[in-house]
Amino acid sequence: MSLPAEPTSFSLAEARDAVTAKRISSKELTDAFVRAVEEARPLNAFVTETPERALAMAEDSDRRIAKGEGRPLEGLPLAIKDLFCTKGVRTTAGSRILSNFIPPYESTVSQNLWDAGAVMLGKTNMDEFAMGSSNETSHFKPVINPWRATNSNQSLVPGGSSGGSATAVSGFLCLGATGTDTGGSIRQPAAVTGTVGIKPTYGRCSRWGIVAFASSLDQAGPMTRRVRDAAILLKHMASVDPKDSTSVDVPVPDYEATLEDGVKGLRVGIPKEYRIDGAPPEIDALWAKGAEWLKDAGAEIVEVSLPHTKYALPAYYIVAPAEASSNLARYDGVRYGHRAAGAKDIVDLYEKSRAEGFGAEVRRRILIGTYVLSAGYYDAFYAQAQKVRSLILRDFTEAFKKCDVLLTPATPGPAFALGSKSDDPVAMYLNDVFTVTVNLAGLPGIAVPAGLTSDGLPLGLQVIGQAFDEATVFKVGRAIEQAAGFTATPAKWWRV
Amino acid sequence: MSVDKDTVRRIAKLARLALEEERVEPMMNELNQIFAWVQQLQEVDIAGVAPMTSVVEQKLKLREDKVTEGGDAKAITANAPLSEDHFFVVPKVVE
Repeated sequence: MSLPAEPTSFSLAEARDAVTAKRISSKELTDAFVRAVEEARPLNAFVTETPERALAMAEDSDRRIAKGEGRPLEGLPLAIKDLFCTKGVRTTAGSRILSNFIPPYESTVSQNLWDAGAVMLGKTNMDEFAMGSSNETSHFKPVINPWRATNSNQSLVPGGSSGGSATAVSGFLCLGATGTDTGGSIRQPAAVTGTVGIKPTYGRCSRWGIVAFASSLDQAGPMTRRVRDAAILLKHMASVDPKDSTSVDVPVPDYEATLEDGVKGLRVGIPKEYRIDGAPPEIDALWAKGAEWLKDAGAEIVEVSLPHTKYALPAYYIVAPAEASSNLARYDGVRYGHRAAGAKDIVDLYEKSRAEGFGAEVRRRILIGTYVLSAGYYDAFYAQAQKVRSLILRDFTEAFKKCDVLLTPATPGPAFALGSKSDDPVAMYLNDVFTVTVNLAGLPGIAVPAGLTSDGLPLGLQVIGQAFDEATVFKVGRAIEQAAGFTATPAKWWRV
Repeated sequence: MSVDKDTVRRIAKLARLALEEERVEPMMNELNQIFAWVQQLQEVDIAGVAPMTSVVEQKLKLREDKVTEGGDAKAITANAPLSEDHFFVVPKVVE
C-alpha cells in the first residue's frame, strides 16, 4: 500500500496499520494533524489545542514501536470533546463557568485511550454543558460545519452537542474523536457532517470524569470517518470502572473482528412511527433505500411499531433538565469555576456567579428542572415522564421480539444555517426526534453517512440495537456503509 | 400547566440563579412555550406503569466503606477562585 498524498486522509485503521508497519512514524502523522488543526482555526472546532503534548506523546509512541512494544492505538492522534476531564489541560464543558478549570484528574475514557497508546491533539468545542443541537450555545463561539451546500458559501452548523468533534473528524483534523450523547449529541452531529458516531449501551463506557449533564442518559462514544474506526475506538474506550457504579461488568467484544460478518438472516425492523409529518422527502427516500440495501445484502425487513415514540422528546425535556438542575447545583463560585465580583453575602455570591457563568440555554434548563422537581409538581411532571420512559423501553422490548436491529433516519434534515433555529427552543429540540428515544431506553445506536441531499449535504441513517449488542449494530452499520459507498468529502475551503 | 411571574422568581431563587427583573417576563414566556409542548405527556395512559429507575437491569454495586484517596488539600483547592491556606474563602456567613 502506498502512502496517501496527505497523511491526514488516512482512516484510523489505515493509520494504525501504517504506523505499526513503520511506513510512517507517529511523529510524521501527528505533525500533519497538528498543522491541519492550525489551518482549520476558522472552523473553531477546538477550544484548546495541545500540540506540544501531542508531539511528546507521538515521540513516546515511536520509541515504543521501535522497541516492539506498540499498543493497540499506538501513536494515533485523536481529539477529545471538552466535556472529558483531562489532567492538567483546561476542561471547559463549553461554559464560561468552567473557562479556567484545570482538572487534577483524568476521565476514565480518555485514560483508557492514552493507555492504549493514542495521542491527544486537543479539546473540542461543544454546546455549553452539552445542551444544544447546533453547537451555538458554546461560550467559545459556534463551530462551523466543514460542509457547505453546492454553490453556496453560507456557514452551516455542525450539529451538537459534539459539534467540535464532528467537525474535527469531518474536516480531517484528527483520526477520530470522543463525543458524548445524552439525547443525540454524537449521532446528530455525525449525521450532518457525513461521519460515523455511535452511542453505546448505557453503562458500556464509564462516565467518571465526564462533566455530568443528565446522569441517567449520558454516554460516551467514538466519532470517526469509517465504521471500522468507530469499532476500534469503542473497544478501547469501554470498560467497567469501580469509579462509576453504573458502568456494567460485561465483556467488551472485539467489534472489528465481526465487522464484515454481513447481515444475512438478520431481521431489520422499520418502526412506522418514525415517519414524521413535514420531514423532507429526501429523508424518507434515503430510509427506504437503506432498507433496500440491507434486504439486498440478505437481511429480512419487518415492519414494527414503537407507539410511544412521539412522547420521547417531551419526556426527555423533563427528565434531562431535572437531572441537569441537580448536577449543575455544584457550580457555586467557591470551590472552582467562575466567581462573581462584589457579592454582598454568600447567597448573592451563588446567584451572581451562576447567572454570569451559565449561558441562556443552560439557565433555561436549570429553571425547567428546578420547577418540575419542586414540591407539588413532581408527580405531574417528573414521575409522569419517568413512567412514559418505562413505556418507551417496553416498546423497544416488544419490537425486539420481532427483529434484531431497527433502522431509522438519523436526523429530520441536513445541516442548517447558523442562527436559523436559535429563537425557537422547541424547533431546535426537534433535531433530536430520531435519536432521543435510544437514550431514554439506554440502547446502542449508530449514525452512518448514507447519502447527500440534492444540495450536496450529507445525511445519515441510524441503526438501533439491543442492549450490549453493539457488535450487531456495527455489522449493520458496516453493511450500510458498503452499500452506500459514501466517499464524498467537504472541500477544504478554510485552507485559504 | 403554566407559570406566572412570581413562580419564575421563586424557582430562580430555588435554583440560586440571579434573574434581572426585565428578564422575568421573557423567561416566563419561554418556559410556558416549553411547558405547553410537554403537556402532551398528560394524555398517555400510565395506569399501573412503574416509573423507570434504571435503564439497564443491574443491581447497584456496593464497595467497601473505606477511604481510597484524598488528603490532598492543595489539589482540591487549586481551582478555587479564592483560597487561603488550603481553605475556600466565602463572604462572611455568621454575624
